Amino acid sequence: MTQVCLALLPGIALYAWLLGPAILIQLLLASASALAAEALMLKLMHKPLGLFLGDGSALVTAWLIALTFPPLAPWWLIVVGTAFAVIIAKHLYGGLGQNPFNPAMVAFAVCIVSFPALMSQWPALGLHLSFGEQLQVVFGLAPRIDALSGATPLDTLKTGLKLGENVDVAQLLANQEIYGQFAGRGWELITGAYLLGGLWLCWRGIITWHVPTAFIVGLGSLAAALWLYNPAQFASPLFHLFSGGAMLGAFFIATDPVSGCTTPRGKLIFGAGAGILAYLIRVFGGYPDGIAFAVLLMNLCAPVIDLLTQPAIFGMKDKS
Amino acid sequence: MLFNLFKFNGGVKPPTNKAQSLTLPIAQAPLPSRLVVPLHQSIGGTPKPVVQAGERVLKGQLIGEADGWISSAVHAPTSGMVVEVGMHMQPHPSGLDALCVVIEPDGHDEWIAREPLDYRTLPPEAVREHLQRAGVVGLGGAVFPTHGKLTASKTVPMQELVINGAECEPFITCDDLLMRERAEDVVRGIGIFRDLLQPQKVLIGIEDNKPEAIAAMQAAVAAVGEDFAVIAVPTRYPAGGAKQLIRVLTSKEVPASKRSTDLGVQCFNVATAYTAWRAIAHGEPVISRLVTVTGNVDTPRNYEVLIGTPMDELLALAGPQADTDGIVMGGPMMGFLVPDTTVPVVKATNCLIAHSPKLFPPKAPEMPCIRCGSCAQACPHELQPFEMYWHARSKNFGKTQEFHIFDCIECGCCSFVCPSRIPLVQYFRFAKSEIWAREREKKAADTAKDRFEFKQFREEREKAEKAEKLAKAAAAQAAKKAAEAAAAAAAEAGGADTGTSAPASTVDSEIDPKKAAIAAAMARAKAQREAAQPKNTEALTPEQQKEVAEIEARRQAGQPATAASEPPASGA
Repeated sequence: MTQVCLALLPGIALYAWLLGPAILIQLLLASASALAAEALMLKLMHKPLGLFLGDGSALVTAWLIALTFPPLAPWWLIVVGTAFAVIIAKHLYGGLGQNPFNPAMVAFAVCIVSFPALMSQWPALGLHLSFGEQLQVVFGLAPRIDALSGATPLDTLKTGLKLGENVDVAQLLANQEIYGQFAGRGWELITGAYLLGGLWLCWRGIITWHVPTAFIVGLGSLAAALWLYNPAQFASPLFHLFSGGAMLGAFFIATDPVSGCTTPRGKLIFGAGAGILAYLIRVFGGYPDGIAFAVLLMNLCAPVIDLLTQPAIFGMKDKS
Repeated sequence: MLFNLFKFNGGVKPPTNKAQSLTLPIAQAPLPSRLVVPLHQSIGGTPKPVVQAGERVLKGQLIGEADGWISSAVHAPTSGMVVEVGMHMQPHPSGLDALCVVIEPDGHDEWIAREPLDYRTLPPEAVREHLQRAGVVGLGGAVFPTHGKLTASKTVPMQELVINGAECEPFITCDDLLMRERAEDVVRGIGIFRDLLQPQKVLIGIEDNKPEAIAAMQAAVAAVGEDFAVIAVPTRYPAGGAKQLIRVLTSKEVPASKRSTDLGVQCFNVATAYTAWRAIAHGEPVISRLVTVTGNVDTPRNYEVLIGTPMDELLALAGPQADTDGIVMGGPMMGFLVPDTTVPVVKATNCLIAHSPKLFPPKAPEMPCIRCGSCAQACPHELQPFEMYWHARSKNFGKTQEFHIFDCIECGCCSFVCPSRIPLVQYFRFAKSEIWAREREKKAADTAKDRFEFKQFREEREKAEKAEKLAKAAAAQAAKKAAEAAAAAAAEAGGADTGTSAPASTVDSEIDPKKAAIAAAMARAKAQREAAQPKNTEALTPEQQKEVAEIEARRQAGQPATAASEPPASGA
């Protein structure tokens, strides 16, 4: 688990560099509340504290929450989200290894449904706030002004396409304030760093290649098909893969072994399903980024996928 | 020789720790103070003891006779006195007792007459029988009686004979040294198996971390003039599992539901071939084996050890270090801590590892399973250990069987790789034993049910038969009465017609012999009763005899009286 945290570090570093150090505060907040909630629940369940706090699973959940929530979200939002993830999505199902849903994504889904406005306010890249100013926003000492924050590149594109009648994707992407080379300005770099961290995890054998590959192929091929069909209305697959939580989802969220599939074929189906659903929700659904809902929906299907994809065992392969 | 090797999935690479015990040649372990030879040393029936306490036995003398086809004889490892045939603790994790023959060596080590056997002139059954009598069993650790595996399938042609010299468990080197030092005997033993099974090919698989053994075996094969292929297989645990070795050498996969002969392949350990050759060419039964003594000792080494040697005496030869706190029998992957260090070396003992906390640090505490799938990746049988663990833990044993728990070979790869340090194999053993116990209970319940149902059926049948008999008798009675009445009527009528009385007389004649027979039988029984003398009356004192006579007289006198008093008693 600590290795998963390590793999997130390059992405976090770029995130803090490009979007401001508030993310570090959010990471601290999430980590502290996750550990506190974990300790409380372990105490209630009479489990050894040191053993379970040291395994790093609560930290991974906390970091994923911090990285998927807006960095300027008020402090209580991340605390509530993390506590919900650890207490309800994880421990009330029996603790480590028993949760049917990815706790971090449950927290994201609950918060985006409950606090849609707060959850979709992202800082604009060009907006240079000092660390102190960011802190003030996070802790509610400064007024939250719209000028401070805006929608994500994904959201902007979506809204833009919905509003205008003769709007072209290329036109929208030409907005240099929001978009960079092929995806969100700055975001493409952060997502690239997540990709590197994820590849490192694969190389270390912490995760297998199945889920990320299937996720990228699922999301990318659907995006490519629609982009080839109408490039004016649909953004390129590269845009989709390097926007929002695509890479984080592919390597760090969908690969959660507890709530995901475990058989090799099951993992491929799970990853591809999550990728396709994420694209459909992004482009045709109500939310700008669909990773959380896609993963949760696939979590629902994981048991039956596992059951149907049991590999043939040694000596039984010729039997169909 | 170029040879196509196949891969088996999974497997692990634990540190081998073999070099320590390879520096010295095989040594003969000295005679121990006493030998405790368990009778049950092979899979199958427990051999019956054929010696008694106080009897002198010679080295190689039969002390336990094979009980049934799947069973193997046991012999005295040295000459001496049988001091006891009794229960002693076994080298088994359970620490349960089993029947053993305890022999006090006399120090002469005097052999029985050894008769070499020219097996080529004998029919195969005779050779198999000889191997059973000589106690030849699979020395790789499973101790399956060897003669039981030496019959080829009638329908499938025997294609490959696989000889297992892989020895993949860490620490163990006894097969390695056997092949290095006694390769020729091993090759000749393989020749016996080849002659009995008539395979198309003989493949000797040795892990490639034993180059000396490979070279020795190749040289021996050439020297004996055989065409066996000595093949280096990749070093990866559990390459020495019979099914894995068969897979690597032949690409055939033997599932739990099949025997390897059904696929035209059979597998024997090199040490088994060696003992088979000794048994046939030298008339020596299996009374000793090579044991690696290693681990937390000063001089790890391989010893030729008499079966029945107490393990602590053997370990003492290698100089266990001060912090030794137990003995592991077998390797670190599949072996177990023996319940007591005095338990004897048996045919399955290939290695003793002196255990110390430093050598085997206690495992960190067990964590919950997070379904990471490492175990499934490491499983050489491509099972889903985490699923089996889940169901075994919740005692859902039917589900564990759906996930093929009986294909698990308990190699321990899954436990080895588990990041949550779950002793998965223990759960599988638990589930298997529970399933067996339930099977047994179910069988017992089924038998009881069958018995009960049959009893009910029998009672019903008897009732029906009785009713039928009664009905028949009643009918006969009625017919007789009717006939009598008719006869009487006829007589009364005056016209004495013989025609009507004839059926009545036939009925009488039918019943009369029966009545007569019954009366005769009753008379016979009465005579017998009267003739019968009370037992144990010969050595009675005069007073007792008098008493008996009095009782007898009273009884004689009382009988008519009671008979007479009966009607009023019942009437009252």
